[in-house]
Amino acid sequence: MVARSDYAGLKPAWCPGCGNFGILNALNRALIDMKIKPHQVLLVSGIGQAGKLPHYTRGNVFNSLHGRPIPPAIGAKIANSELTVIAISGDGDAYGEGGNHFLHACRRNHDITYLVHNNQVYGLTKGQASPTSDVGFITKTTPYGAASPVNPIAVAIVSGASFVGRGFAGDIDHLANLIRNGISHRGFALIDILQPCVSFNHKNTFQWYKERVYKLEGEKYNPSDKRAALEKALEWGDKIPIGIIYEEDLPIYEDQLPALSREPLVGRGVDVAKVEILFTQFL
Amino acid sequence: MPVDFNFMVGGEAGQGVQSVGFLLAKVFARGGYHVFADQDYESRVRGGHNFFRVRVSDSKVGAIAEDVDVLIALNIDSIELHQAEMATDGIIIFDGEKIKGVSGNHADFLSIPPEKLAEAKAGNKLMANTVALGAALAVVDYDLNTLSAVLVDHFGEGEVADRNIAAAKAGHDFVRPGHRSKSRRLKPLPEARRMLLTGNEAISLGAIAAGCKFMAAYPMTPASSIMEYVAAQSKDLGLVMVHTEDEIAAINMAIGAAYAGVRAMTATSGSGLCLMVEGIGLAGITETPIVIIDGQRPGPAVGLPTRTEQGDLQFVLHAHHGDFPRAVLAPATIEDAFWVMIKAFNWAERYQLPVIILTDQHLASSYATIDRLDLSEVTIDRGMLFSETDDDPSDYMRHRVTKSGVSPRAFPGLGKALVVTDCDEHDEKGHLTEHAEERTAQVQKRLRKSLPLSKEIGTPLKYGSRRAGTTLVGWGSTYGAMHEAVDILRKEGASINMLHLSELWPFPAKAMADALSKASNSYCIESNATGQLARLMKAETGHDVTRRILKFDGRPLTPAYIAEAVRKEGY
Repeated sequence: MVARSDYAGLKPAWCPGCGNFGILNALNRALIDMKIKPHQVLLVSGIGQAGKLPHYTRGNVFNSLHGRPIPPAIGAKIANSELTVIAISGDGDAYGEGGNHFLHACRRNHDITYLVHNNQVYGLTKGQASPTSDVGFITKTTPYGAASPVNPIAVAIVSGASFVGRGFAGDIDHLANLIRNGISHRGFALIDILQPCVSFNHKNTFQWYKERVYKLEGEKYNPSDKRAALEKALEWGDKIPIGIIYEEDLPIYEDQLPALSREPLVGRGVDVAKVEILFTQFL
Repeated sequence: MPVDFNFMVGGEAGQGVQSVGFLLAKVFARGGYHVFADQDYESRVRGGHNFFRVRVSDSKVGAIAEDVDVLIALNIDSIELHQAEMATDGIIIFDGEKIKGVSGNHADFLSIPPEKLAEAKAGNKLMANTVALGAALAVVDYDLNTLSAVLVDHFGEGEVADRNIAAAKAGHDFVRPGHRSKSRRLKPLPEARRMLLTGNEAISLGAIAAGCKFMAAYPMTPASSIMEYVAAQSKDLGLVMVHTEDEIAAINMAIGAAYAGVRAMTATSGSGLCLMVEGIGLAGITETPIVIIDGQRPGPAVGLPTRTEQGDLQFVLHAHHGDFPRAVLAPATIEDAFWVMIKAFNWAERYQLPVIILTDQHLASSYATIDRLDLSEVTIDRGMLFSETDDDPSDYMRHRVTKSGVSPRAFPGLGKALVVTDCDEHDEKGHLTEHAEERTAQVQKRLRKSLPLSKEIGTPLKYGSRRAGTTLVGWGSTYGAMHEAVDILRKEGASINMLHLSELWPFPAKAMADALSKASNSYCIESNATGQLARLMKAETGHDVTRRILKFDGRPLTPAYIAEAVRKEGY
């Protein structure tokens, strides 16, 4: 039995009304529903308001550097394949500072889940434009307007991620379900989460998202069709799809590592006889 | 008469310089000789000029000698560039049908037709290099038995090996008695069963023997061959090597694996390490054990990509902001490169910090014969671990403040304890904090680990007269060249000795200050432009070296170079 109290972490230091609360609730709910215990989970976060999330729930936590949750998450998953590994970023962390890791984690299809709190603005550093800010978004660092945004959904699909979803922090039930699907998926699962920033993004507000999002689950939509998924990925503006945009069963990176075909790496000793064989190759 | 003999193979990239050189080294290593071989190559895949030197001796050698006794010239450039290095009765073997207009009076010339012989006797002119190899053995009056066995090992039993043996025999038979000289004779010795390996191979074996299970890296000369070796063994030895998208990912991934409980490392060169710097601090504040290999090459930036230097010492001592402990080791020899890895992983886990290994292109890609490594001497110490049978996992605190500064480690998912850590300053539980007292306690706790770590540092190695007028001081891969330079100079009557460091940080300040207090002259010998060890010694001991003998042209320091520089400065 896993109870809500198992996931009661420290008191969040987020602004009242922050979209992060919805994401935290949805993640806790998904883990409780899946009967995963805190000691079986590893939460690897980066820097930004999203990066603080692991402290506000319970689990093993590696709060990493800005832009870097993916590499340590991959390293830990390879070291102990029995861990449920969830990496957590914001839009600046994931698509700016950590852009290269994001691309290659998609391509290699590592078996981790990646939650990106996407509020289209920098919160922690107080209101600068982010890689996903809408074109023309005016901030102190972009007084003449932001350049055109990264489309993380499209990038993930074309880069080889095998699960690409979008959630909305304002719809916790839907988001919890999406996170469950992402965790259950074998392979790299990106969940980009639309998250209102009540302090610094006065354009993409809770109301703004609420008027635009619609659920793919209610549509006649096949997420295993890559072309259709790319079309959905390009939808942004008056209507924004949420749900599983793309999902495919593909070989994961770890499948090609012969060392992982047995028990997890962690805990394995040195096979002295095999090292002796290596030595003889130099005689 | 002691045997000290030098072969050189020269040619363009792509002509097979490396494989001919390696086979020569292997033949004499198998034949019971001590061998030291180095590789000089350009940053290109085809063309240019490369050479491979193989020094053969009946006693232990750890450096390159400059006089060449036998040069196998695969092109005319090799003759023109190296003629002046030929020993008094040296001989140059070349393809007279291809290389025309050869002249000079520095050596004997032996023209052979390798392609023609390869085609006639082995049925394939691609085996011309093996013909030259056979001829090289003939001019030193060495039979073909060992080479034949080496070729079978190299190519596997079968037609390819047989044809190569035939090619070698054709070259061997071609050499007339007039080209054999008594002074060049390499007599057969009893077989010694020594290992012949490069510095990078020794490092890779050391990592594997130390129980390293995870490596993440991005290719960069001269460290790439560590990645390649580890990857090739990953299936049989049950470990993982990930070729990452960049060096930043490499170090962060290795840190993630180490946090999850496996021994992990990365390897790069100086400019790759520039990208990794953030990871050094991440390992520092999260107290994650990690081993980082920096195969130095001349910088700054891309510098001389395929050449050697000791220019990263001051960089690795300081790389990252803030105060936290680290260890820096620099293996002196190829054998040492194996053992330093065992030590590095033990220290990394015992003190939960980053350990940086400084090698360089010269050590990384040179070959030496060493006595067979003894695995029974390897001990693995994983440091202080949290026990859920002795303690309540709900009380676990990853960064518990302790007297020694070391907090017991637990691994995520292996027990009930939650392992929480953060690159922000954190409390004992690992949660981020801005509390002044907690911050102070954590900084002090981390720094306290330096004390027991500094006690692990070995005393500097001393060689030569106990009391000497002049003391040479050096570190890392220059050990072999310095050692031999001391021998050369002492034979001339010099009052000279040397101090050598392979464990550089925490700096053994007292031991160095004591040792240097007895020297009237101290000469720092370094492969860099400013004397980085000299600066470190000054900072840590107050001792000013008398002179700095520095070489920073990308080529390795040799015994003859050091001896001549010392003579010039006076001893």
